[in-house]
Amino acid sequence: MKIHEYQAKGILAKFGVPVPRGEVVFKKDEARAVAQRLGTSVVVVKAQIHAGGRGKAGGVKLAKSSDDASTLAEQILGMKLVTPQTGEEGRIVRRLLIEEGLDIKRELYLGILVDRALGLPIFMASAAGGMEIEEVAKDHPEAILREAIDPATGFQPYQARKLAFGLGLTPEQVGAAVPFFQALYRAFLETDASMIEINPCVVTGGGKLVALDAKVTFDDNALYRHPEFKDLRDLEEETPLEVEASKFKLNYIKLDGDIACMVNGAGLAMATMDIIKLSGGSPANFLDVGGGASEEQVKNAFRILLSDPNVRAVFVNIFGGILRCDVLASGVVGAARELKFKVPVVVRMEGTNVQQGKEILRNSGFNFAVAEGMKDGAEKAVKLAGDAR
Amino acid sequence: MSVLVDKNTLLVVQGITGREGSFHAQQMLDYGTKVVAGVTPGKGGTEHLKVPVFNTVAEAVEATKANVSVIFVPPPFAADAILEAMDAGLPLVICITEGVPTLDMVRVAAALKNSRTRLIGPNCPGIISPGKCKIGIMPGSIHKQGHVGVVSRSGTLTYEAVDQLTHLGIGQSTCIGIGGDPIIGTSFLDAIKMFNEDRDTHAIVLIGEIGGNAEEVAAEYIKKHVRKPVVGFIAGQTAPPGRRMGHAGAIISGGQGTAAEKYKAMRAAGIYTVQSPAEIGHTMAAVLGKSKSKTNPAVKKKAGAAKPKKAAKKKK
Repeated sequence: MKIHEYQAKGILAKFGVPVPRGEVVFKKDEARAVAQRLGTSVVVVKAQIHAGGRGKAGGVKLAKSSDDASTLAEQILGMKLVTPQTGEEGRIVRRLLIEEGLDIKRELYLGILVDRALGLPIFMASAAGGMEIEEVAKDHPEAILREAIDPATGFQPYQARKLAFGLGLTPEQVGAAVPFFQALYRAFLETDASMIEINPCVVTGGGKLVALDAKVTFDDNALYRHPEFKDLRDLEEETPLEVEASKFKLNYIKLDGDIACMVNGAGLAMATMDIIKLSGGSPANFLDVGGGASEEQVKNAFRILLSDPNVRAVFVNIFGGILRCDVLASGVVGAARELKFKVPVVVRMEGTNVQQGKEILRNSGFNFAVAEGMKDGAEKAVKLAGDAR
Repeated sequence: MSVLVDKNTLLVVQGITGREGSFHAQQMLDYGTKVVAGVTPGKGGTEHLKVPVFNTVAEAVEATKANVSVIFVPPPFAADAILEAMDAGLPLVICITEGVPTLDMVRVAAALKNSRTRLIGPNCPGIISPGKCKIGIMPGSIHKQGHVGVVSRSGTLTYEAVDQLTHLGIGQSTCIGIGGDPIIGTSFLDAIKMFNEDRDTHAIVLIGEIGGNAEEVAAEYIKKHVRKPVVGFIAGQTAPPGRRMGHAGAIISGGQGTAAEKYKAMRAAGIYTVQSPAEIGHTMAAVLGKSKSKTNPAVKKKAGAAKPKKAAKKKK
C-alpha cells in the first residue's frame, strides 16, 4: 500500500526521524496560514500524489512569502501532474504539503528494502541524493553503499557508522546520522514496510540531517496487523475500477487494450495477457479471480471487466483445479443473464469438471465461443474484438 | 526415482481440520499420498479423515515417523507453523499459505539457514511426483509419471504446462511449485540442481515470471552445469512496470526483473525459450525427439559425476 509523503513523514517523525516542519492542506486558503505559522523566509509547496518525479513536472515550488504560498497553492491544487510514474493520464493534485525551507548543503540518498536474493533487509545509502536511484544503480553501482541486516541481531550501530562515514559525513554529522538511520530501520521493521526511501536526505548549513522527502510503502500482506494504517489509504490515487475490484478481493489491474481477460491464478493471468499480445491483440486488464472463486465472484469479475468502456471482447481462461469448470460456467451464464452484455465472450476451460462446464455453456442459450486451448482462445478473442471495432 | 517426495514420504498436514487443509488432505489421500498425521492445536487425540490429529508437530513426528509436512494455516500463523516443523526436525516442509508477511519470511529464512530443513513456498501449489506422491493443491489427474522435471513460480500456469506435456504423452518425474512470493524457501537454482542430479529426470521445464532475478541465477547455473535440455517460459512479457501482478513477487521495479532480461539470460544459457505459453509442451516434445540420440547418453554420464564437455549448442 502506498501513502503520501506527508503521511510518511508523520510516521517517521514518531520513530524519531528528523523531518522538516510542515502541514498538509486541502484548500488554497489554508496555505497562507500554514506559511505564516511556519514563519521561515522560504516555504516549499509540494504536490502530494502517489508518484515520483513531481518536481520536474512542476508540482514542487518555493514561496518567498505567505502571499506567494497562497498563489502557488492555488496554481498547483487541481493541477494535473504528468510524471514518468503517472503515465500519460497524469494525476490531479488534491493535497499539498507546505513545509519550512531549509538551507541545503548536501543531498544524500537513503533506502531500506528487502533484498530478494539475500532474503534480508538491506540499508542503502548514496552520496548521489536527489537523483533517480535506479539511474545511479545502473551507471555507478559502486556509488551505492549497502548493509545487509541480520534479523536476529538487527541493524547495528557499526553498520550505521560504516554507511555514514562512507557517505563522507563529518564526525559530528555521523553522530547525528547513526540515530537517524537506526530510527529509520526501526520504522521499517515496526510498520512492516516493504520499502522506505529518503531521497534526498539533506545536510543543512547547520550540519543537521533532515529527511527532505519520504516515500514509504507497506507490505499488503502485513496490513492485518496495522489497523491504524487503514485510514491512510487515498482511494482517489487509485484507479476506480481497481478500488471496486479490491472490495471483492479480486486482483484486477487495468491496462489500455480492448480484450478483457478473466483468469484463475496470477501466473496464468500474466501468460494470458502475453498470448493475447502474441496473437495480435492487446489486453485490457490483468484479472486473477483466485483459486476458490464462487459463481458470485465470477459475476463480480464480469461486472468490473465490462465497466471498462474500451473492452470489445472478453477472454475467459480457466484451468480448473480447486475452481471447478462447472462453477465457472454457471458464473459466466449468470453474469450474462444478469448484466445483459453484448460483448462477445470466448471461454477456454480445462481441468476439473470441464465436460459439465461446456454442457452448461452450450445449454445456456447464449452464444459463447468455446475455445480449445489458450492459443485458440486468444486468437478467437482477438478476431472478435477486431470485428467489433 | 524422483525429487524430494516419493512412495516413502510420510506426510503430516498442519492445519488439517481447517477448510482448506481438510479438503486437500482428502484429495492427497485419494491420490495415494501417505498422510499419516494431522496437527491442530487443541484437537490432539482426535481423528480427522481417519487420520490421527496431534497438538504439536513434534508429537506427530514422534508417533507416526512423519518425514514431510505441508502447511495450510492462515497467513498470520504460517511463519510459526514453518518454524514448528523445522524444530521437529522435518527435512522437508511445504507451505501452501498465500499472504505471509515478507518480514515474517525474512526471520523464517534466516532460521532455516542454520537447520537441516528445506522449505518449499510459501504461496505455492506444492510438489508432486506423479504416480507416487502428491503434496499440495494441484489437480493430480492431469499429471503422468515420466521423466520431465517441472519447476515454476506459478500454480495454474504450471497445470497448463503439465497438461500440455501429458496430452503429448510426456510424463513428469517431479513438479515443484516454488511459490510467487519475494522470499521463498526453495529457489529455481535449488530445484534445477536437484533435477540435474536426478537420474530419472531427463529434461526440465522452467516457468518463471517477472520480478527478481532468480531465473537469471538459475540460467547461469544451467549454462555451466546442466546438460539436460531445458525449456523455459517467462510470464509477464506484457506486464506494466511498477505494478504487482497478483503474486507478491511479480513486479518490475526500477527496470529490474523484466521478462526481456530473463529471456536474454535463458537464451544465453542454451535454454529452449518459448514466447507463447501454449507452446511449452510442443517445444519439449520437439526437444526430446531431437535430443534422444545426443543428450540422453550425456545425461547418464553427467549423473555419474564427471563433467562432460558442452555438446552442440542447444540454442533456438
